[in-house]
Amino acid sequence: MSEALVSVRGLKTYYSIRGSFLDRLIGKTGAAVRAVDDVSLDLRKGEVLGLVGESGSGKTTLGRTLLGLVPATEGSVTFEGRDITKLHERELRDMRRRMQIVFQDPHASLNPAMTIAQAVGHPLEIHGLTNDRDTLRARVSEALERVGLAPAEQFMDKYPSDLSGGQKQRAVIARAIILDPVLLVADEPVSMLDMSVRAKILELMLALKNDFNLTYLYITHDLATAKFFCDRIAIMYLGRIVEIGPSAAIYEDPKHPYTQALLKAIPEPDPRRTVPRDLPRGEVPDAARPPLGCSFHPRCPRAFEVCGWEARDLKDLLETRWAHMDEEGYEAEQAAIGPVEELDVPEIHARLPVNGGGRGEDVRAILDRAREADPAEPFWTGVSRIADVDGHVEVDWHEPVEPRLLASGPVEVECHLYDEDALAEAARRRGAGNP
Amino acid sequence: MKVLEVRDLRLWYGTARGAVRAVDGVSLEIDAGEVLGLVGESGCGKSTLGRGILGLLPEGARADGEVLYKGRNLVTMSPRELRRLRGPELGLIFQEPMTRLNPLLRIEDHFRETLEQHESKMTDADIRRRSLDTLGRMGIPPTRFRQYPHEFSGGMRQRIMIALALVLRPSLLVADEPTTSLDVIVEAQILRILADLKENFDTALLLITHNLGIVAEACDRVAVMYAGEIAEEGPARDVFADPMHPYTRELLRSTISLETTELHSIPGAPPNLVDPPSGCHFHPRCPDVMQVCPVRDPIEVAPEPGRRVLCWLHGPDEEIPAGGTQKLERGQIAVAEEA
Repeated sequence: MSEALVSVRGLKTYYSIRGSFLDRLIGKTGAAVRAVDDVSLDLRKGEVLGLVGESGSGKTTLGRTLLGLVPATEGSVTFEGRDITKLHERELRDMRRRMQIVFQDPHASLNPAMTIAQAVGHPLEIHGLTNDRDTLRARVSEALERVGLAPAEQFMDKYPSDLSGGQKQRAVIARAIILDPVLLVADEPVSMLDMSVRAKILELMLALKNDFNLTYLYITHDLATAKFFCDRIAIMYLGRIVEIGPSAAIYEDPKHPYTQALLKAIPEPDPRRTVPRDLPRGEVPDAARPPLGCSFHPRCPRAFEVCGWEARDLKDLLETRWAHMDEEGYEAEQAAIGPVEELDVPEIHARLPVNGGGRGEDVRAILDRAREADPAEPFWTGVSRIADVDGHVEVDWHEPVEPRLLASGPVEVECHLYDEDALAEAARRRGAGNP
Repeated sequence: MKVLEVRDLRLWYGTARGAVRAVDGVSLEIDAGEVLGLVGESGCGKSTLGRGILGLLPEGARADGEVLYKGRNLVTMSPRELRRLRGPELGLIFQEPMTRLNPLLRIEDHFRETLEQHESKMTDADIRRRSLDTLGRMGIPPTRFRQYPHEFSGGMRQRIMIALALVLRPSLLVADEPTTSLDVIVEAQILRILADLKENFDTALLLITHNLGIVAEACDRVAVMYAGEIAEEGPARDVFADPMHPYTRELLRSTISLETTELHSIPGAPPNLVDPPSGCHFHPRCPDVMQVCPVRDPIEVAPEPGRRVLCWLHGPDEEIPAGGTQKLERGQIAVAEEA
């Protein structure tokens, strides 16, 4: 195992959501989006690490925090022996010669008013490495030919609008390697390109890696290209790494239910396949109000007692039920329960009906019918108590157990299914008697 | 029954660089309840074709040929008549759901506006019932009927767009890259909805996409488009199992999927449509290029029932001049610019 080029420890990057004027006046801080929420990982010299997740998973923020483009809230990023989260802008700028980034959209990455030669040579000027026109042009020409824009003369005086998407991305890569970096963060470098040119750009990046001894952080939502490109894969969900390990292990035997779902959902050009039916419901939740316990539990088909079930999950359950009912049925149930928005809170206790609802016995009947309609729904494992108390129904959920990233064979995974302690705790609570 | 028949449709529009022949002699048919995938790379004319079918071309565009919807030609129809068909007969779903919903209107008002415009006899109660029913089938709960577009996630907005198109019960729906801006799990959820349209609504669907995986999973038939023409068309299973056009085959090989064991790409880049290559437009990038390909326009043939292909490899032999089937070496062709 080679040594780490970048060591990330306990990294948190929060974006604060501005509160009201009054909040600021009295010094109350607003809510925060936990874009990166306690991530630790090593980027080893010469490897390609894939950072895979859906939009909103925090993968792009993690990539940018690594380069010092976004300030870290907590934790450290050690690059060549220095913690870049503690550096000043001036020191960072020097470091950036060693670490470069390629963005997703090649059309937006190039200034339309600059020729290709100006754009690719720009970093040399910014860092004051050369002022001599001939040297500059020679370096640019060399970089262009290295990325396959050959003969370079043919491209140097063109503008980005004269180039195809693939050619633009090659120019962007030329600009990134002209400073001889050691680390390249590639944020979805091929996802805006046509299928027929994606392979060419990936091949180019692999060739450059070998020639220049580069280390890549490959950020993507696409597990198919990552399989081909990466030595190791880290799966991110709502700011956390939920599974990390060698590519082969992740693809052959995905552990986390989220990883399994991502793999199943990829549309394959195989006519024997049909649209997968057993997919997680819903979408990535709001990172400003993450679910209790494991963030994935509301969508997880295998979630159980201690995964973090709560009032918001009851709201989702009722809403999903109502979406498939006729109008009369829905209206009667809705009136009995009351405004479900009141359940939109991260609590493990709820009292029904909520304000202005109907009678407790009607609520009880609705819950019984919902459970009867789908007894295998994992939500019901999380309910520890349903009791009739003074004309109301009280629902309690099991106290969540916070998930931990633990070794499981060749990978590390953050899921209670692989955590003996969590499984034992769940068994103990099950034994204590569900309603 | 045929819902749509497109016959020799040509669509072109002027640009500073000359006339762009975005759709250059396309013929297609869609049956009731059928899902036809229209697949191709960016700039091949697939979106122009989708919009052209609905008469939604930009100012200055010209159309020639026939688009027969239940026997009536949309190309020659007056804008007024066409407007009356769009909505209740012909629906459209776009890529960016947020840009198609009015941020100031509640979801309820979007449905009310749509239904009042086309079905003036509906009562308020009918409108509500029909809207909630359609939304429910898309998995949108009734509790959210009075919310605004920004209160929904991307996937939910796209479900709302689909419901808004379906609430009028159109016979034909054109969906242009409906899942491209969505995450992979949500994409699969939306594809499942689209693939199930025929069970739930009996709507024919033209699904425009660049993603072959989507076509394989959701479509009955597939038409592969290249440089304004249909290169190949047939049942999705057959085309994927045994592609006849070299472009289809190369595109399948270059798609990176979980099954991919080696990277592959097509040399060159798609041509511009102002001045496409002579003869077969794909010839400068084709690994099987023959002497006849750059000099004669290919002729459509049907090597098997239900399938057609536009490639000299499949004939017709009597139209190929003597020696025309000899392989053409790379050096002899004007090389396409590398992408």
